[in-house]
Amino acid sequence: MLDTTYHVETPEGIDLHARAAGPVPRILAYAVDVLYRTLVLIALGIGLAVADTAGIGIWLVCSFLLEWFYPVFFEVLRGGQTPGKKAFGLMVVNDNLTPISWGASLVRNLLRFADFLPFAYATGVIAMTLGRHFQRLGDLAAGTLVVYREADKAPVALPDSTPLPPPRNLKRQDQQALVSLFERHDDLSEARQQELANLLEPITQKRDSAALGYLRSVASWLLGGRE
Amino acid sequence: MRQRDFENRYRDSWAQLETWLKGGGKNADPATLDLPAAYRNLCQQLAVAKERQYTSRLIDHLNQLVMAAHHRVYRQQTLRRRGWLHYLLAGFPQAVRANGRAVALASALFLLPALVMGIGTYNNDALIYAVMSPADVLSLESMYDPGNRVLGRERGSDTDLAMFGFYIKNNIGIAFRTFAGGILFGLGSIFFLVFNGVYLGAVFGHITRVGFVSTFYPFVIGHGAFELTAIVLAGAAGLLLGRSLVDPGQHRRSIALRLASVEAMKIMYGTFLMLVIAAFLEAFWSSSAATPISIKLGVGGLLWLVVFAYFALAGRREATGAH
Repeated sequence: MLDTTYHVETPEGIDLHARAAGPVPRILAYAVDVLYRTLVLIALGIGLAVADTAGIGIWLVCSFLLEWFYPVFFEVLRGGQTPGKKAFGLMVVNDNLTPISWGASLVRNLLRFADFLPFAYATGVIAMTLGRHFQRLGDLAAGTLVVYREADKAPVALPDSTPLPPPRNLKRQDQQALVSLFERHDDLSEARQQELANLLEPITQKRDSAALGYLRSVASWLLGGRE
Repeated sequence: MRQRDFENRYRDSWAQLETWLKGGGKNADPATLDLPAAYRNLCQQLAVAKERQYTSRLIDHLNQLVMAAHHRVYRQQTLRRRGWLHYLLAGFPQAVRANGRAVALASALFLLPALVMGIGTYNNDALIYAVMSPADVLSLESMYDPGNRVLGRERGSDTDLAMFGFYIKNNIGIAFRTFAGGILFGLGSIFFLVFNGVYLGAVFGHITRVGFVSTFYPFVIGHGAFELTAIVLAGAAGLLLGRSLVDPGQHRRSIALRLASVEAMKIMYGTFLMLVIAAFLEAFWSSSAATPISIKLGVGGLLWLVVFAYFALAGRREATGAH
């Protein structure tokens, strides 16, 4: 129920997954976009003040373009991210997880008006909350969704340690848990890692840094290290 | 195969694909990388990694790489130059004719209230105040008062430009809202069509009643051909969205809505263009007082003919020739 993962199977038979973004980061991203747009309009207003009456016309055209096409421009030409979405690591994609096309982007942004009704995007937020993948009305009509853009996580180098064969009867899940622990060795403090290693004392018969060193060696062996 | 051996074997090809994707694929020579082949291999490697239950970090990394490559492989090319020309010459009027029922319904929703209000305000001088405040009525009257030449060319070209901006923002906004309201089961489109019909009908009736015919009709006839038609078409496009939700036919509602929005957009692109034309005409042609009234009426009538002929005839030969 609380799982926001969105799955798509590609023609190659690969199961792609992405995490759908909920209302809160989207509202914040929208607020950032509104801020940027307002700043641009103020700057334009000051710049065009010299052009007097003609300036009003140009300013009105610009504000029209910003109101309706600002998101379209960024979504199609800047990889699904308006500046606000970029700030919160969000992106718009078609619901088969391909880059959003012009038509889809125009539909979802024209329908913004319906999502806004009766005030402050109430309809859009309600639609997002009721739907499975947080889609507002515009998203439903365009077949798009807003997902988190995953930060690049390159595979990390594991700490060097002489590989040692694991104890017998180490189940597959246990092996994975062990390896995952050492993939995260950068994010966890040494003390915390030792604490976790101590939990396995009944098996390893070791404590603290000795236990940790031993488990590292086992993990390294499991990943294919040989002396 | 152990994970480490697996990584060692493919690390170079992953790195190569990654740099190619990061470089936007532009500066890289296309000969250096066969994207579809690299993508297929990558998919296979990801499947293998999952099957062998390698670590989640490796699988996540490959998954991201697959996503990035997937984006590149399946990037949709929608903006073709020939496509636009073809759309203007045939696609747009074909889409309007194909959705004739929605267009007819939208026209009725706009014209019937307009007719009723037009006749009503023409015969009853109080009815205009049902839709407008007295101050608005006064400013409307002064705008089209033949004795008051504010519409004249002497207002200067910078005012024309300001008015152009106003028409763009205001009128196209109205049309976009008329369309977008359609997703609320058609109710929004119906509301805006009827509302605009009532309002414009009242203005027409009242102005005719007070006798400012010689300034009002030459002003509205030219751009009206594009503007009023475009608003009706935007309403029709909105009704398509609404119908897909009320009566989705043999599809699920979500699918029906998607199909309808594709169809509706075929109309909306053209509608947008018509409104830009209308704003140009309204700001730079309709307002000119230097042009004699007879010419403005003649040109305006001609524009109505052109618009109707376009929707009735353009792209017909191609449609029949295709069969």
